Amino acid sequence: MSRYLVRHETILAVLLVLALIVLSFQSDRFFTVDNLLNQGRLMAEVGLIALAMTFVIVSAGIDLSVGSILGLVAILLGVFWQNLGLPLPLAMVLGVVAGGLAGLFNGIIITRFRVPPLIATLATLALYRGLAEGISQARSVRGYPEWFFVLGQGEVLGVPTQVWIFLVCAAVAAVVLGLSTFGRATYAAGANAVAARFSGIPVDRTILLIYTASGLISGLAAVIFVSRVSTTRSDMGTGLELDVITAVVLGGTSIFGGRGTIIGTLLGLMLMQALKNGLALAGVKGDGTIVVIGLILIATIIISNLVRRETDG
Amino acid sequence: MAVAGVLGRRSAASRLVEGYGQELVVLGAIAALLVIVGTVNPRFLGENNLISMFSGNAYIAVAAIGMSLVIISGHIDVSVGSLIGVLATIAGTLAVGDYPIWVAWTVPVLVGVVINTFVGALIAYFRIPSIVVTLGMLSILKGGLISYTAGTWITGMPPEFFIAQARLFGIPAPVYFMVVLTIAMALWMRYAALGRAIYAVGGNPEAARASGLYPERVCVAAFAMHGFFAGIAALLFATQLQVIQSTVPPNLELTVITASVIGGVSILGGTGTVIGSTLAAILFACISSALVFLNVSAYWLRAVLGLLILATVLADMARRRRHRAGRL
Repeated sequence: MSRYLVRHETILAVLLVLALIVLSFQSDRFFTVDNLLNQGRLMAEVGLIALAMTFVIVSAGIDLSVGSILGLVAILLGVFWQNLGLPLPLAMVLGVVAGGLAGLFNGIIITRFRVPPLIATLATLALYRGLAEGISQARSVRGYPEWFFVLGQGEVLGVPTQVWIFLVCAAVAAVVLGLSTFGRATYAAGANAVAARFSGIPVDRTILLIYTASGLISGLAAVIFVSRVSTTRSDMGTGLELDVITAVVLGGTSIFGGRGTIIGTLLGLMLMQALKNGLALAGVKGDGTIVVIGLILIATIIISNLVRRETDG
Repeated sequence: MAVAGVLGRRSAASRLVEGYGQELVVLGAIAALLVIVGTVNPRFLGENNLISMFSGNAYIAVAAIGMSLVIISGHIDVSVGSLIGVLATIAGTLAVGDYPIWVAWTVPVLVGVVINTFVGALIAYFRIPSIVVTLGMLSILKGGLISYTAGTWITGMPPEFFIAQARLFGIPAPVYFMVVLTIAMALWMRYAALGRAIYAVGGNPEAARASGLYPERVCVAAFAMHGFFAGIAALLFATQLQVIQSTVPPNLELTVITASVIGGVSILGGTGTVIGSTLAAILFACISSALVFLNVSAYWLRAVLGLLILATVLADMARRRRHRAGRL
């Protein structure tokens, strides 16, 4: 099985290199430091959430509500700061905590009431987005202080701030999933929840923590998002779950659970972002790139299923 | 034996409540809403509002019939909103072109069937989870539609095209579509072999296979029929106004799925009826209209829908657990 994993990631890495070569021939603007760093900036929010989504999908779950949590936290950030008059740093912390609570609520529905994750998070996708719309009443919040934009528009040592945040989170996620008991519990819960329970693994607690983390990191992504675009709107992050899930699945994480790595997710993210950027530079408009992402998502799973059938049989 | 004795003593009324519990709850909710909001604001029950509630949302009920088939068969489709947007645009484009009206009416339905047959085949034969395939389809259809039309509106369709604006005995055509298709499908699901097979496969695919059914074929058939209903829904949607906005109606897939689930279609597959999903679609229409008449901001609508779907799913899970506990 681990041999298969290595192979999927190798295929992906080769694909990524090929894509980079082709794209750099397509446009001389593609392979510049400025462009690549900017792509990192654009990728950070989806990337952060994809890290948590890797845990979610490895545990045989799915979280469709991440885009809505992002929208809700963005709105709450504005409300806490502007309407309640809280200091902005406190509003940021409270926003991220609210995201964590939203994720915890998902986890409780899934573990306590045994609602399938797909349905639970489909319901909260509507609920959280609805709360964001209801609270904001379609008003946007602007006028954040200058220092706040460091997070989304600033640089540290020449690299966008959020890329540093993303790299740190990615390193932590890779260690936790690959090397810790929590990571082993995640794989076990995803591969066979019943067997994991009988082996004394706290499956419910693991899953509860994973969904809470998914909410927290969506909240963090929301703060970065608001800082990057300098405004708050209730439709932020609509459809984000698709990008996140595509990146994770593209990275070789099995949608049936029990298999996947953070490295794979990183490769999937980079391949997706390179294609988006390359297509944009080649003159394909934003909506055309959504089509390509959809096609890639379906094609990857077909290929990965065929390969697996071959290795299994 | 004890169980048989209990079953034998139950009255017809309690069997009705048992078999159509969720449908009766939804029906009761509609009646309560009509009475309460009608008392607060009598204009809620005015002819204009009733017609716009029932007729304007009939396409959601029609789409929910197909969605119910898919969910009962054990799958889900999150791309139906985009599909309806694409099919409505095809209908409008054909109607504006020099094609006969019947072409503009039939081609979208056929395209819907073809696309969803393909989707069903991917799910059944390549064993890709339906959520992944339809998430992919969602972005393919949506992205394709927006980059093709660039969001322009289609206008200038010939007057015969607007089938949703026609009336018979003072009742708008979409209401007939909704009622006739719901009753026909309710009977079909109950008595036709394929209808029973959809329940069987959704309830337990392996048991269905062991009893001689082909779960793969049933899945493709359910999706193909779902495409048919999406096509009809797209026609009703495309012809109810003088313009077609040629974008994806926001949240449509969520509304359609919610209608099925609240109508009693269990998300785990195997149970539910199309009567329930149609009643739930009517309930939504009443709720969104009631919010307006009660002066609640429409921005809260989605939060209300989310709460409703969550409450229904939790109740469904609790009922299943009780059911299991009762059998043990």
